[in-house]
Amino acid sequence: MRYDAARRQHALLSPENVLVINDTGAAIVRLCDGQRTVAEIEAELQGRYDEVAAGDVRRFVTDLVALRGMEVDDD
Amino acid sequence: MTEPIVDGPFALLAELTYACPLHCPYCSNPLALDDYGDELTTEEWQRVFAEAAELGVLQLHLSGGEPMQRRDIVELVRHASRSGMYTNLITSGLGFSERRAEQLRDAGLDHVQISIQADERVLSDRIAGTPSFQRKQEVTRLAKRLGWPLTINVVLHRQNLDRIGAILDMAADMGADRIELANTQYYGWAQRNRAALLPSRDQLERAETVVRAARERLRGQMEIIYVIPDYYSRYPKPCMDGWARRQLTVVPNGDALPCPAAHELARGLGMPTANVREHSLPWIWEESPLFERFRGEAWMPDPCRSCERRQLDFGGCRCQAFALTGDAARTDPVCHLSPDHELVEAAVAAANEPTRGDGVIAPRSHPGRTRPPATAVMP
Repeated sequence: MRYDAARRQHALLSPENVLVINDTGAAIVRLCDGQRTVAEIEAELQGRYDEVAAGDVRRFVTDLVALRGMEVDDD
Repeated sequence: MTEPIVDGPFALLAELTYACPLHCPYCSNPLALDDYGDELTTEEWQRVFAEAAELGVLQLHLSGGEPMQRRDIVELVRHASRSGMYTNLITSGLGFSERRAEQLRDAGLDHVQISIQADERVLSDRIAGTPSFQRKQEVTRLAKRLGWPLTINVVLHRQNLDRIGAILDMAADMGADRIELANTQYYGWAQRNRAALLPSRDQLERAETVVRAARERLRGQMEIIYVIPDYYSRYPKPCMDGWARRQLTVVPNGDALPCPAAHELARGLGMPTANVREHSLPWIWEESPLFERFRGEAWMPDPCRSCERRQLDFGGCRCQAFALTGDAARTDPVCHLSPDHELVEAAVAAANEPTRGDGVIAPRSHPGRTRPPATAVMP
């Protein structure tokens, strides 16, 4: 993930793709450290912000995996 | 309707040199390579990268020719990486030694893309015009071992399209994360070899069936990008996502182009060149006549001007219009609505004659090259 200073937005970069993500998405990506589970990330964000509904993080992660912006280990 | 402001480009293709050990018959580099021997120096490229990053470029594709022929490649990658861009090396694999690969990794190179010509040695070496298949196999293993995401890049044409199943298997066995299967586009050297390269409709239909099955089988393991030859489509490709809209190319001598195939077109327009030795990249992007020429819709002729698809395909490819009709401002002849469409139909008809053989391909020739001054400091 890089911060695109020229356009003031966060972007996930892969070989031929630029995925623009908002601040909330960037907060999720920052917590993806290869250790935390999706549930742990959601709990962490619920502790930080008021409006994180159950399933929000899972939906975002699923979308990103489909767009090949992220990889998730099953175990 | 024109866009109110010119957004910055997302990607820069830096063609560092046109020197290359391969002689591929579909080479996308210009026919006259002598004009590009006076290559930008290390410092000049670094300035271009810095300006690109400031302009909004997020992805830098380092290509050629063969970018590993530049002695300063590690230095260039390090500089680009520090400026925050995602760096992608597009290489034949030749010159990608273990020592230099490790240096590139330490310099921050994000991704490696390796071209292979076919799934087996004899055919691959014949298309490449030089023994290279064995080395390419070793280089893919090296790239994986050093932890890079790996893309395999295969240009498809009449002489290897029937091998597409085996090509996909090879890439999957290599552990590739992506494979780009791009049918040849007919510019420059490829246009010269078109009769020997353009596949038949039967070949394409078989290939598409194989690709569909492989996508199912390899879902989640390897991403398959398959680019059909536009000669067989009803509408043109949305070339470059629009002229000077999302990306730009800088070629070895510093000329900036809105598209990597636009060398001859740019000359044909008779406009002053947009060279990074004379102008800043922001000026070239925002103000140069060459980049302004086909931006937006004002330049469009009929049938594009009134076509409801004009914001989908942007009138197709300017380089193709120029290559086939001599006029870059015409509708892409690939479009079935183009008044010049018969030019494409004739080529397709010839490729589908039942008695046609494979034809003879002319390997890409390379003149001697002028090396840039040795300014790189290797660690």
